[in-house]
Amino acid sequence: MAAGLELAPGPAAEAVRVVRAGGWLRRWGDPLFQWLSTGIALAVLAALAVLTVLLTLRSELAFTAFGPGFLTHSTWNANARPPLYGALPFIEGTVVTSAIGIALGVPISLGIAIFMSELAPPWLRDPMASLVEMLAAIPSVIYGLWGLFVLVPFMRVTVEPHLRAQLGWTGLFTGQIFGADKLTAGIILAVMVIPTISAVSREAMVAVPTTQREAALSLGATQWETTRVGVLQFARSGIVAAIILGLGRAIGETMAVTMTIGNNNTLSTSLLSQGQTIASWIANDFLTAATSPLEQSALLELGLVLLAITVVVNVVAVLLLGRFFRPEEARE
Amino acid sequence: MRPTRRGRRRWANRVISALCILCVGLALIPLGSILFAAFSQGLPALNLSLLTTSGPPAVICPAGAVCSSGGINNAILGTVLLVGLAALVAFPVGVLTGVFLSEYGDNRLGRGVRFFVNVMSGVPSIVIGIVVFSLLVYLSEANVIESRYIFSAASGSLALGLIMVPVVARTTDEALRLVPTSTREAALALGLPRFRTILRVVLPAAGSGVLTGALLATARAAGETAPLLMTAFGNTFDFAGLNRPVAALPLVIYYYGISGIPRYESIAWGSALLLVLAMLAMSLAARYVLARTRARTSTR
Repeated sequence: MAAGLELAPGPAAEAVRVVRAGGWLRRWGDPLFQWLSTGIALAVLAALAVLTVLLTLRSELAFTAFGPGFLTHSTWNANARPPLYGALPFIEGTVVTSAIGIALGVPISLGIAIFMSELAPPWLRDPMASLVEMLAAIPSVIYGLWGLFVLVPFMRVTVEPHLRAQLGWTGLFTGQIFGADKLTAGIILAVMVIPTISAVSREAMVAVPTTQREAALSLGATQWETTRVGVLQFARSGIVAAIILGLGRAIGETMAVTMTIGNNNTLSTSLLSQGQTIASWIANDFLTAATSPLEQSALLELGLVLLAITVVVNVVAVLLLGRFFRPEEARE
Repeated sequence: MRPTRRGRRRWANRVISALCILCVGLALIPLGSILFAAFSQGLPALNLSLLTTSGPPAVICPAGAVCSSGGINNAILGTVLLVGLAALVAFPVGVLTGVFLSEYGDNRLGRGVRFFVNVMSGVPSIVIGIVVFSLLVYLSEANVIESRYIFSAASGSLALGLIMVPVVARTTDEALRLVPTSTREAALALGLPRFRTILRVVLPAAGSGVLTGALLATARAAGETAPLLMTAFGNTFDFAGLNRPVAALPLVIYYYGISGIPRYESIAWGSALLLVLAMLAMSLAARYVLARTRARTSTR
């Protein structure tokens, strides 16, 4: 063979080698690799299904004992005879804290997203995005620690006495001031959903065709009018999906909430009351419940409820995002 | 009439712009405050003995007495072990799932898998924790494993691995789909079989994206606390085997942080600073990898 045909190392040389070598890999490599990757992907799905079924099976004990009333009982009492486990205070806590988180987090996130996609000079956009990413990279237990040592005292001393004095008449800000309460947990959640909501809705806004903006500008619209009519209208479903994704994150957040919500299982309408969410109660009670099969089963049922809620929320978000980005995704 | 209206519109424009900038400022306050707290409270606690010894500190230390200052060596090693073991399984599984999604997933099955992977990445980590717990309890009741494994390093790694897989799969999928079809066609035209095209051409071309995903997944897993409560459990002693409870940095931060004992809280802050630094290093590394690739491709 001529030594003249020397290829530089790379795909071409590799191809020549493989074609010359032939062998079983050439015959079986493709189907094997395709089946391997398909098999692994299916195994991931199967694992998910098996784990969900297992969780359902293990919560059966509680379900037969309490039925659907599990969701509406408002006490969790292991000392009652028979023991009574109800999830209402945790569901209420989850709803209230997530609502606060979303109510405070959404306007701020949208402001950030508009700034990053429409207003900021180009050189500022990437650094801004990485700052927001940093907010997402901080582990939730560190949010919790910060909440416990910085935010809780600040709320107790500075914010909440004023809220109670000025807005106590609404009924939302009454009772003893703790600092560690539903309002504080909700504020931490607001901070934690900002990276999710602002990043996804920024993506949605960036995906809006420039012609939309140009059309509005050519009609004499100001920058804000262009953003409102051209960009926000167009990106609406993407922004809604971003908010729902943020909601899913707020509902499932555990450590930061556990450390700042005060951990109290009674129902109260005041945002200044200590509370408990589904996730925080699982974290708090799990080791206590280890000695009682029924209580453990009740906690697993609570976990199943949390799983169901977050799956529904995420399914909605993923469907919306798919519908929004699909025209972009079409390839080949 | 007209000038005032135009004036009002301009004014609205300025107000909204100012509000947007205010929002950015509002989001940066907690970020700054967290970093400031981590450094100001954590730096005094960080020293060599904290990093090299293990176990809780003495609760109170009378003046002049010699007492244990406590250390997090076991927690650092525990976190490295938990995340390392999880990554060992989750990287290949996640990358192969991503390869399936991008290269073989242009059909109903692929869309279904992608959908569930997306949904799975939104499942709260504490649910992953109790799911793994249920699995291990089930297996130990069926006598497949020792009951010791329920609270152990192995179960902690399993939980972290389950959290990492969808992250790695999604980022791999996205990175592979950015590789132009013409690159695949070129390799195929040279006679490379499809699997070699993927392994030798497509994956290397998307290497930085895949690596970024791996870094993100690692960073996320290293900071996870909730699933470890019911799996790895935490331990004040050194690692004693995969079937024993193991210490982890996030658990130290949580338990010491809520202890109400100043000497414990100080260690929690030291650990938090360490974790924050690790996160920053990993996200900087991810940015560096991405930026370098971008620079390389743009000069070509």
